[in-house]
Amino acid sequence: MFEKVMALEFAPFLISFKLASITTLILFCISLFLAWSLAQSRSRFKPIFEAITALPIVLPPSVLGFYILYALSFHSPIGRFFQDVLGIKLVFNFTGLVVASCFYSLPFMVQPLQSGFEALPKNMLEASYIAGKSKIETLFFVALPNIKPALMSAIIITFAHTVGEFGVVLMVGGSIPGETKVASVAIYEMVEIMDYTSAHIYSGIMVFISFVVLLCVYIFNRQESHRLGGVV
Amino acid sequence: MIEIEVKKELLGSLGKMDLDVNLTIEAQSFVALSGQSGSGKTTLLRILAGLEEAKGRIVVDNEVWLDGFKALPPQKRGIGFVFQDYALFPNMSILDNLLFVRQDKALAKELLSMSELLELAHRKPATLSGGQKQRVSLCRAMMNRPKLLLMDEPLSALDPFMRNKLQQEILSLHKTFGTTTIMVSHDPSEMYRLSSRVVVLSQGKIVQDGDAKSVLLRTQGSQKFSFEGELLDVIKVDVIYIAIVAIGQQIVEVVLDASEALDLHVGDRVNIGTKAFAPILQKWEKK
Repeated sequence: MFEKVMALEFAPFLISFKLASITTLILFCISLFLAWSLAQSRSRFKPIFEAITALPIVLPPSVLGFYILYALSFHSPIGRFFQDVLGIKLVFNFTGLVVASCFYSLPFMVQPLQSGFEALPKNMLEASYIAGKSKIETLFFVALPNIKPALMSAIIITFAHTVGEFGVVLMVGGSIPGETKVASVAIYEMVEIMDYTSAHIYSGIMVFISFVVLLCVYIFNRQESHRLGGVV
Repeated sequence: MIEIEVKKELLGSLGKMDLDVNLTIEAQSFVALSGQSGSGKTTLLRILAGLEEAKGRIVVDNEVWLDGFKALPPQKRGIGFVFQDYALFPNMSILDNLLFVRQDKALAKELLSMSELLELAHRKPATLSGGQKQRVSLCRAMMNRPKLLLMDEPLSALDPFMRNKLQQEILSLHKTFGTTTIMVSHDPSEMYRLSSRVVVLSQGKIVQDGDAKSVLLRTQGSQKFSFEGELLDVIKVDVIYIAIVAIGQQIVEVVLDASEALDLHVGDRVNIGTKAFAPILQKWEKK
């Protein structure tokens, strides 16, 4: 058993975590402004944007994967533009995986942030505007520091969700060892060739890491709400 | 000098209503804005702060804040605003709450020591009592030496003792800085103590405007004194009736005869007055 563990290839895990880290970072930068403007918006078009943002939650990963694959491939203007003008190939490589993951995990970053922002007392933000601070200053100095639990949930859940991604990754990335073969795809292939021992070890590791990550979030949120005593 | 001329359609509890206010306020004066809830007081205050849209014209010291629909954003108005629920920034210490408005440590320390908060300067707002939080909020509002200080029922969440103490502080801040102030209030004693002018709104229109005494004193004709209250109960005792009336924070009993009692219903707004004798005033606690 021990030799089996030692002999296992851990590259898929590394790719999974590398993919999740980069996706989380990119999504955080995009979603911060998206969630802030959605939370502040009183436009009647807001539900349309909210629905688009939430689409990846309800769509089957294969549908999402198919559209992303098509959009990024040489058959679509977007894919052709990237390949011809910028010289970047976006399918069946790591870059493509990152782009696909960003679409797939977008709602998991936007929604906690947006509800965090919306739960802030309106008066507190107005007090900041009256103090002469712009919306962006208010976002960074007043809003963001006061939604720490939501922020933490958004980051961790996006990260965990990207690690757990399967369908989209398989469709857009294929399963190229060392490049696009992530842990979830590796487990699928192990089961397919009936290598149950490896599948057990891989799955066990996934369960353990996921549990520890979620446990950390809940402990942090508990401490944070004790420390702040609710929003003043 | 502040000239206000605003119009806005509001959706109140009684359906649609037009806020239509025409008001000129002298520099350095203290105006109390009163009226029943839903009369448009808070909306007027928020329009003055630039937090709500309206149509009309607002000119403050020759600076145009509102012209038609074109409004100066709240960031550029240089006002102070005290919210009923304090609206402090929980992530910052008391001192940082003040410095967030303007990096002026000397002024921040002066304000905090005036409000006896200097020792708490490095604490977070969550550890403060309601009265202390509202003082911080008041200090914060004074940090940019505002041209206009707006207060939306600043003391209504506090107990009567704390209210009295903060009224004194508001008064001394007003005297020190001479800031033109508009305060929404429901408390006649508060308005009398603090303001030089009381404006009463009803259904979005000004219905009374004058000095505190003429607006707030409710006696009529030969009445020596009278109080407004709410009838809580009418109890029959032998042949007479006793009415229990709430006046402000107090409950009093008044003897009625049967004919008077018939006409009264629990929940009625009533006036208690007397003509025949001079009321006795006794001190029960030294200030």
